[in-house]
Amino acid sequence: MSFTLIGKHEKDKRANRDAFVDAMLELMADRKDIAFVDCDLMGCINTKKLLAAHPERTFNAGIAEQNGVGVAAGIASVGFHTWVHSFGCFTSRRAFDQAFLAAGYSFVPVHVVGSDPGVTAAYNGGTHMPFEDCGLYMNIPNATVVDTVDYAQTYAVTKKLADVPEISYQRLIRKGFVTVYADGSDFEIGKACTLTEGNDVAIIASGIMVDEALKAQETLAAEGINARVIDMFTWKPLDVECIAKAAAECGAIVTAENHQVGTGLGSAIANELVKGTPCPVEMVGIQNRFGQVGDQNFLMKEYNLTAEDIVAAAKKAIARK
Amino acid sequence: MTKSEKMHELRVFAAEIRLETLKIIGARGFGHVGGSMSLADAMAVAYGAYMNVDVKNPRWEDRDQFVLSKGHAGPVMYATLGLKGFYPVSDAYQLNQNGTNFPSHTDRTKTTGVDLTTGSLGQGISEAVGAAAGLKALGKASKVFVAVGDGEADEGQVWEAAQFAAHYKLDNLICFVDYNKMQLDGAVDAIMSHGKGLAAKFDAFGWNVIDLKDGNDVEAIYDAVAAAYETKGMPTAIILNTVKGKGATFAEPSGAHSSQPSAEEWAEAIKAAEEALAAVKAE
Repeated sequence: MSFTLIGKHEKDKRANRDAFVDAMLELMADRKDIAFVDCDLMGCINTKKLLAAHPERTFNAGIAEQNGVGVAAGIASVGFHTWVHSFGCFTSRRAFDQAFLAAGYSFVPVHVVGSDPGVTAAYNGGTHMPFEDCGLYMNIPNATVVDTVDYAQTYAVTKKLADVPEISYQRLIRKGFVTVYADGSDFEIGKACTLTEGNDVAIIASGIMVDEALKAQETLAAEGINARVIDMFTWKPLDVECIAKAAAECGAIVTAENHQVGTGLGSAIANELVKGTPCPVEMVGIQNRFGQVGDQNFLMKEYNLTAEDIVAAAKKAIARK
Repeated sequence: MTKSEKMHELRVFAAEIRLETLKIIGARGFGHVGGSMSLADAMAVAYGAYMNVDVKNPRWEDRDQFVLSKGHAGPVMYATLGLKGFYPVSDAYQLNQNGTNFPSHTDRTKTTGVDLTTGSLGQGISEAVGAAAGLKALGKASKVFVAVGDGEADEGQVWEAAQFAAHYKLDNLICFVDYNKMQLDGAVDAIMSHGKGLAAKFDAFGWNVIDLKDGNDVEAIYDAVAAAYETKGMPTAIILNTVKGKGATFAEPSGAHSSQPSAEEWAEAIKAAEEALAAVKAE
């Protein structure tokens, strides 16, 4: 694992969906054992490129996500690492039984992609806004669950998933969001990335919250508080060593996620901490609410997902030491 | 071997499957007798006449596959696979014992010879469709058989899978529809009827449909599968008008979904199945 942090809060000029598709095009060209199933959303994430390049291994299941995931499991059973995509609300809530049994319980390599995670569903609104997708998938005993942030990380992690032998769930931001990492950065599934050093408080984030955490770190530093920012892009398996070290060395933790805190990254981290190194934890994320329609900035403020929210949580956690 | 000799062999195989299915469920004393027994003849034809499998290499990559989408009929599959030689059939008498490799519903990670895991109704046909699509993508000539229950066909996923199979012209897929007319809560027609009928539904979805008046007639099933093998460009559904519990003295009259008969009833049923097997052998 060797990554290069850019972290200048600049909008990523390339869309994350293109990172996914670029990685898949290379994977499918390099390996004959990669297949792809979409559910009438090829146009949303540009996977028509996969269909054009590899029509024999690319399928469109139509608007039928339960069958789409089941078919992916069947394709996987005869020797393909099979990706299957729909919006995150459908690949999790709607097709969960299929993912659980036909893929997870059956021990076949199905890689589920849920696009438009959390508030990035924006104008599709509350019906399409998955705040619980990772929580559902974390309940599958052999699942790998990842939430990536930018082009470089999405590209690298997609390629790494091709070697995961069992079910995985990958959140995919459709648009270009923000650049955190330089191209060519490498990541290891299950290993968190420590982005800044600091021993006053640890901020553990993933996905769209990584850049907010970096902005919060700068604000805190200006006030003399040294925050350690950690990108926990793998939610399962959690990097428990990194979490224990952060707790021992910082003594206070803030978690930040684009997901329900009660079933997501914050609760998973808290579950680990109580086993070994308990410390004050403040959770930034969705607080038991449904989604709604709106633009990105409005939704980030509405659900308290901003750098300012992380700064306030950090001070609260430190005060509880 | 003449065709009539082959049909006799298959009838004997079906009678053996019925007897062993009863012994497997009987060892535990309760289970899904009805939907297991109705399918014995189709299992005998698939494994006895058509499927290329290698009992010494159960995951042989060129094998034909059988997906029991109505996963609760596991015992009839365990009887068939055991008699076929994947394991001593008596191993399956451990059905539903603690730590067993023979669970109520078929599980690819547990039982030798089971190709895909089922149990949540509607899912197996999707998995079978995926396997058929994947095998075609690999350029293999292998066939995929799948057995769907009439009650199972209440599940919307069955029809999502049906439209996918027709759209992708999966002529390597053969679906047995076990139309035994009963589901857990009662008669299929009373609980959730199938509109213009299961044959009409599969036809409307673009499948080649073969509607067998007697789905427990080995020769009719044999001929139907032969016709399915000759059909190009579409999957085939073989509607089996079956009798739920056929050959189980305590279950056939009621068509019960699951049964927990007394020890005496078990003994009587197994004796009757032994006599039925002897009679078929003597034909």
